[in-house]
Amino acid sequence: MPRSTLAVLAQLLADQEASIVKEWLETLSTGGQLQSGRIREPELRTQCTSFLQGLRTALAQDSNDTAAPAFAPVKQLLADISKSRAIQGFSPTETAMFVFSLKQPLVNAINRSELFAANSLAGVVWQVTLLLDTLGLYTMDEYQKSREQVIIRQQREISELSTPVVKLWDGVLALPLIGTLDSERTQVVMENLLQSIVEQGAEIAIIDITGVPTVDTLTAQHLLKTVAAARLMGADCIVSGIRPQIAQTMVHLGLELNVVSKATLADAFAVALKRLNRTVVSLKTDPRQQA
Amino acid sequence: MSTTPPDTLPIRTSDDVVFVRQQVRLRAVQAGLGLVDQTKIVTAASELARNTLDYGGGGTVTLSSIDDNGRRGVRLVFEDQGPGIPDIPLALQDGYTTGNGLGLGLSGAKRLSNEFRIESALGGGTRVMIARWK
Repeated sequence: MPRSTLAVLAQLLADQEASIVKEWLETLSTGGQLQSGRIREPELRTQCTSFLQGLRTALAQDSNDTAAPAFAPVKQLLADISKSRAIQGFSPTETAMFVFSLKQPLVNAINRSELFAANSLAGVVWQVTLLLDTLGLYTMDEYQKSREQVIIRQQREISELSTPVVKLWDGVLALPLIGTLDSERTQVVMENLLQSIVEQGAEIAIIDITGVPTVDTLTAQHLLKTVAAARLMGADCIVSGIRPQIAQTMVHLGLELNVVSKATLADAFAVALKRLNRTVVSLKTDPRQQA
Repeated sequence: MSTTPPDTLPIRTSDDVVFVRQQVRLRAVQAGLGLVDQTKIVTAASELARNTLDYGGGGTVTLSSIDDNGRRGVRLVFEDQGPGIPDIPLALQDGYTTGNGLGLGLSGAKRLSNEFRIESALGGGTRVMIARWK
């Protein structure tokens, strides 16, 4: 029985394509798909038509198993649509509605048609519902996947952006830390700093934590490890950017950083220059001395 | 004065710890806590959330804003269903840890808050309540 039902469904889709697409588009636009202006009517129409044609081809091959190769083109199309919906900023509901809103027009078409016996109608409708549900869920999966890819890409970009080692002077490096120091990022930070110490033969590394919102025991432990590793490589560390509230909190926590620390990066830089026997002087000489 | 209803957040991954910190800071700002008090409660929350995750095997935190006749503050309750703490006074000693941390988190959190209560049953999980008043 299912064999013929599917083939007949395919024929129905072919016969009534125009009216189904028309009704589907109406349902979609009442659902607000076109209102936001993120997608235009001709584009939506093309998507609807190609989806119906894909579905028809798949059904004509006597298959209602969405995992079968017959459904590969339809699924590819849905994946593309989900991806573009995710990028265009459609909500998950709006994206899923693309497939789910086909149910009504399709069921209407089945009712209008005389291809099915009255006593088989419920079975046919049930099959259509199952099929569209599976495809709708597939759409959601794809939508979710593309959103996650966006998030993963952003995470990578952030972790790359936020760990630069800056050369302040010959032998003086600065590491401005920004954001949360979770273990994964701390690892990257530590490697970057140690590598730069070797490359530049640095004697002093300033770790600036102005941009770290919370210093708890784990953050402190990461800092201490970085300082210890730098010391083993012959570089002294100065920790700067310890704000008053952070200082008080650290005292209450019982944390001690056995390292020179300064309130601002400028202070730390001054200490570094002093250690290197250098000083910053004004270019303008005093006019009274010239006279 | 309207207070935000209590909020229960999951602690399952280290990203959740970051989110808990952000939410606690938001509550602390709403309660009118000063910058130092904000930092203290956020840091204590960070320690306890990480304990919940690392030693309790994950759990939840309930954030509530408290208002005692105009005296406002933030109360946090961390709960897990982990193995529990066999010796609480020992766990509260500075430098004692069963993991590889500094052993300052639990005792530090106690010093950072105005109220601190810990209940733990072997095999029955751990519940830590802290509060910071304005």
